[in-house]
Amino acid sequence: MFSSSKATATAGRKRVGRRSPLATVSLIVVGLLTTGGAYALFTSTATAETGSGTTSAVSQDKVNEGQKLFAANCATCHNMSGSGTTEGPSLIGVGAAAVDFQVGTGRMPAAANGPQALEKPVQFTNEQIQAMAAYVASLGTGPSEPQSKYLKENGNAANGAELFRINCAMCHNVAGAGGALTEGKFAPSLKGVSSKHIYEAMLTGPQNMPVFNDMNITPQDKADIITYLKYLEKNPSPGGFQLGDLGPVSEGLFIWIFGLGAIVAITVWLTARSH
Amino acid sequence: MADHDDETLAGSAVEKAEPQKISAGTAVIPADPFENPGEPQHHIRMTDKDPAEEKRAARQVSTLFFASIVFSCLAVAAYIAFPIKDGDTGSIRLNNLFLGLGIALGLLAIGIGAVHWSKAIMPAREITEQRHLTRGSDATRAKAVEVFELGNKESGFGRRSLIRNSLFGALFAFILPGVVIFRDLGPKVDPNVVLRHTLWKKGMHLTLDPSGTRIKAADVTLGSAFHVIPESLLDSEDLLEEKAKAAVLLMRLKPEDLHEPEGREDWQYNGIVAYSKICTHVGCPVALYEQQTHHLLCPCHQSTFDVTENCKVIFGPASRPLPQLPITVDDQGYLVAQSDFHEPVGPSFWERDRA
Repeated sequence: MFSSSKATATAGRKRVGRRSPLATVSLIVVGLLTTGGAYALFTSTATAETGSGTTSAVSQDKVNEGQKLFAANCATCHNMSGSGTTEGPSLIGVGAAAVDFQVGTGRMPAAANGPQALEKPVQFTNEQIQAMAAYVASLGTGPSEPQSKYLKENGNAANGAELFRINCAMCHNVAGAGGALTEGKFAPSLKGVSSKHIYEAMLTGPQNMPVFNDMNITPQDKADIITYLKYLEKNPSPGGFQLGDLGPVSEGLFIWIFGLGAIVAITVWLTARSH
Repeated sequence: MADHDDETLAGSAVEKAEPQKISAGTAVIPADPFENPGEPQHHIRMTDKDPAEEKRAARQVSTLFFASIVFSCLAVAAYIAFPIKDGDTGSIRLNNLFLGLGIALGLLAIGIGAVHWSKAIMPAREITEQRHLTRGSDATRAKAVEVFELGNKESGFGRRSLIRNSLFGALFAFILPGVVIFRDLGPKVDPNVVLRHTLWKKGMHLTLDPSGTRIKAADVTLGSAFHVIPESLLDSEDLLEEKAKAAVLLMRLKPEDLHEPEGREDWQYNGIVAYSKICTHVGCPVALYEQQTHHLLCPCHQSTFDVTENCKVIFGPASRPLPQLPITVDDQGYLVAQSDFHEPVGPSFWERDRA
């Protein structure tokens, strides 16, 4: 017994230091931290430089600036010429509106391959987004960013509601709360999305959303839809608790838990003896 | 609680019936009958032991009843304080909410108070009530037979067969109308007539839902989804019924992505395809179109159709592909239907396959 414990002790002593299995792991961790930290430092300074440089840029400068940003941040998947690879679609002809939507909501650059690029904190300043949009727009004609007169949220909310029910509600839910699609994809909630981004999404059909061009839904109709969505955001539901506007799922869960729970509790109390 | 068998106590004066003696020939007598466990042990409550507790319980009950009075008064006050104003749905909500809360809490307080009263304060005593026998006494039975016979004799029910039989006939005939009106539960018209055809026909323009404007093929850009109704729908008398059959989803794909079956290659126009929006499962509107995967999803039961493969079912409970509307363009470039759908749209119905 004594000898065996001694053997373990010596084995333990042998495994410390350079030959410990933990040494490899910690070496990797240290290496990753150093390179990652240096990279982060480098990219953040680079971002700061470009951010201040584009303030008074003329159009061609803007395009050139955008091309640099594109080469650094987008070209891995979309190719240096923007013609697309197996990882990402061609951006020729998608227009400035698509760039402003995708980059302006943080969906691009995508963090990882998946069913759907998710909304994230925005990675670029507004000027950088404008520069990339100008560059992508120069690759081929496509929808440009919407005129501000359609984003004023003062259209006809009733007409917008009808159009929303016909064209949008099947995926985005009648209250704009979003909903599930196939194989892990989903239509996001429209609450808190800026008018400009809603307009651009209809115009360009990001990811799996169909395109609703100006012949299908006219700019004024798009303004009406935006008015309806903003009306929903500003006005409380007349029916009391909204429970996420998700319809029968959340409402059913609520009544099963709290309604039936209350009935069970009362039944137990009714038949229990007074102590 | 020794006196709890006392015959004079209220609640214990129950008619007690002795179990009948059963002859061994008519009933199974178990050899080892389950032993009667008797009454559970009597439980002495705090309100029985402690007069202070009893007083407290009495106070609680009366407090609940007073609370009920307060809630009922609040309901009346809410009705006056939140009047329903014309054209203001918010006022209806406030009025209904507080009126309903007052009434509900008022009734709930009475109920809780009454149950608490009976459980905590009223005497707690276990009593046993035997079941009554269902068979009447011999005298009762003899009397009943006598009454029936007297009735038969005086009315002549057994003797006057014409009256009796005509009465039977009248009663039978009286039921008939009730049976006949069950017909109304069935379909009003033959589903084969109304479900087999829609408003679509040769040359009918495809128009936008809801405005009814015609659609130029050139305006349907790649990746678009248009929600379409037939041009004549807005003038139709049964607008909703016709729309429920004729609604169409128009999509544009790359022509090379489409795998149209033989004989149907010219049903599309430059990659523009039109499919019925009515799910072949139970008829929900299938309109969740994913423009990259070209999947069409039904929101009700997740039936998924592949637009590139002629809308065949790739997931879910639907059993048939969505019917395709053959389309082409007129001489001005507007999209028109080549014909009606070539099969009934929507879910199955009896004799759907009848030619």
